[in-house]
Amino acid sequence: MASGPLARRGRVRRGRPGHPGRPGPSLRARESRAGLVLVSPTVLIVLLVVVLPFLWTIVMSFQRLRLIDLQNVFDITLTLRNFETVLGSADLWEMVRTTLIYSIGGTVLSVGAGLATALALRQRFPGRFLIRAFVLVPYVIPVVSAALVWRTLLNPQFGPVNVFGVEVLGWDQPIGFLSERFHRLELFGVGFDAPVALLTVIVFEAWKTFPLAFLFILARLQGMPRDLEEAARVDGATPLQRFRYVVAPQLSGVIALLVLLRFIWTFQNFNDVYLLTRGAAGTEVVAVQVYTYLVSRNDVGGAAALGLLMSVVLITAFAVYYRYGVLKQEAEV
Amino acid sequence: MASREVVETRVLGVARVVWLAFVLVACVLPLFYMLLLSVRPLQAVLSDPLGVPSFGELNLEAYRRVVASPDDGGYGLLSFFGNSLIVALGSVVLTVLLSVLGAYAATRLRFPGKNAVNVSFFAVYMFPGIVMAIPLFVLFSRLGLRGELPALIIIYLASTVPVSVYMLRNYFRSIPKGLEDAAMVDGCNRAQVITRIVLPLAMPSIAATSLYVFMIAWNEYLFALLFLLESRDNWTVSLGLAQLDDISVSATVLMAGSVLLTLPVVALFFAAERLLVEGLTAGAEKG
Repeated sequence: MASGPLARRGRVRRGRPGHPGRPGPSLRARESRAGLVLVSPTVLIVLLVVVLPFLWTIVMSFQRLRLIDLQNVFDITLTLRNFETVLGSADLWEMVRTTLIYSIGGTVLSVGAGLATALALRQRFPGRFLIRAFVLVPYVIPVVSAALVWRTLLNPQFGPVNVFGVEVLGWDQPIGFLSERFHRLELFGVGFDAPVALLTVIVFEAWKTFPLAFLFILARLQGMPRDLEEAARVDGATPLQRFRYVVAPQLSGVIALLVLLRFIWTFQNFNDVYLLTRGAAGTEVVAVQVYTYLVSRNDVGGAAALGLLMSVVLITAFAVYYRYGVLKQEAEV
Repeated sequence: MASREVVETRVLGVARVVWLAFVLVACVLPLFYMLLLSVRPLQAVLSDPLGVPSFGELNLEAYRRVVASPDDGGYGLLSFFGNSLIVALGSVVLTVLLSVLGAYAATRLRFPGKNAVNVSFFAVYMFPGIVMAIPLFVLFSRLGLRGELPALIIIYLASTVPVSVYMLRNYFRSIPKGLEDAAMVDGCNRAQVITRIVLPLAMPSIAATSLYVFMIAWNEYLFALLFLLESRDNWTVSLGLAQLDDISVSATVLMAGSVLLTLPVVALFFAAERLLVEGLTAGAEKG
């Protein structure tokens, strides 16, 4: 990456003096033709499957379109009805709140656990590679298997977590981790209602995705020169101070990138929530709601409108990051 | 100062061990429980959920039931493995083909619109699957392609190519350009440079990319649910297993199915763990 722009500038200067007879420009032309040919299949696929569909989503969000009468697909009578339906629905704000709690909670837990694990595995010790491999398991296993095993582990009748809680920890009753909207908790004499199902899907999300955060942070840690830390140690900085003033600043870039990626992916996550709770018990996130509009209500226009609003949030998040330079390096390459 | 250093080092040392133990248990226990439950009879699980099974009660009945065809009193999961394999391998072959070409162009060649292409790939990487699904759902419904496996492959292709290009490009950069220039001087054309120089050198990275794509395509659920639900013959294993959960099949059978769904990816992963880790994190070091 470092040599890219420089090399390019150098060659452009050599190749462009406008002597048609020289081999430079024709080589340049051949190269750019080859480049376009090689990239075009990919661009075509991305265009056909991502970009055009997205543009079409915008159009559909202004159409009255139901799944049963798809003949109307090319009927361009535009309307704002879908946005009225979506924005006017009674539980819109509840859904927005749930989605934000889910994505922010999931992101913080996932990146936090990834950071803690990477720091814990930083030093070399026997068995480190084995631990690293096992830590990656949640990320690798299929989401359907993961959700099924969690549903079984947390099952109120025979799930080991609840059986253990009731028999060993002395809980009054099993907790419906995936079916209870709120569960009354007493802590130091103070009772409060914990949104159990929502917390559970957040923890699941963090469990499933922290390995990737862990990998990225560990790679960055290992690429970091040690002499600065050594110098700080010699100057009397304690381990926490060394982390705070030497390590953390160097990790900020990769952590910012991870926070962005995780927020965007959690915000749009459908599989985990749908497979765990079907979006019930206070886990109605926007992605599941889009699916409901599309499949259960047969309302393609409504789904498109909600999907569009969802994309606006994501594009905003992306733009804010881009504006503040976090992704500059990423985007330039 | 020295005492603070000692205290912190000790506390952090203990915290480190406790945290690692917790993480290991959290990562491995569900997998272990999945295996354990799949070989216990349902009655034993219900009557003694925390019990450690005796060797006598272990059996593979749940596996038999989940794979056997409905005619034999089973749930027919076996017949879905072929579909998952077609989709996953198809996605791997096509994605690798396209992303090798794309990544090579993005690393070595100058062409108009190169930056726009690179930035838009990064944007696609983050594009919401559920939003992409709406128009494709409508389109495939109109074209009568819903329920067809190739439709699924095309979608996985679009969602994995950007990451694959990114992974491969990081590797291609590490191949000395002088090697290619020398081959060109010796009379190789561009295609020969790619097939004779770049591909053999990039094999580790291509393997990592293939593994990544295989994982994504094998594990995918949303698009399979949207596009295949109505044609049972074409269900993937993920979809088939999730459907079993919907009809309240017993937990032991679900766990047996989960083990079968998980086994291929976990086996592949452990076989090529280092490759995958290096491929995925190749870009992380620059922060």
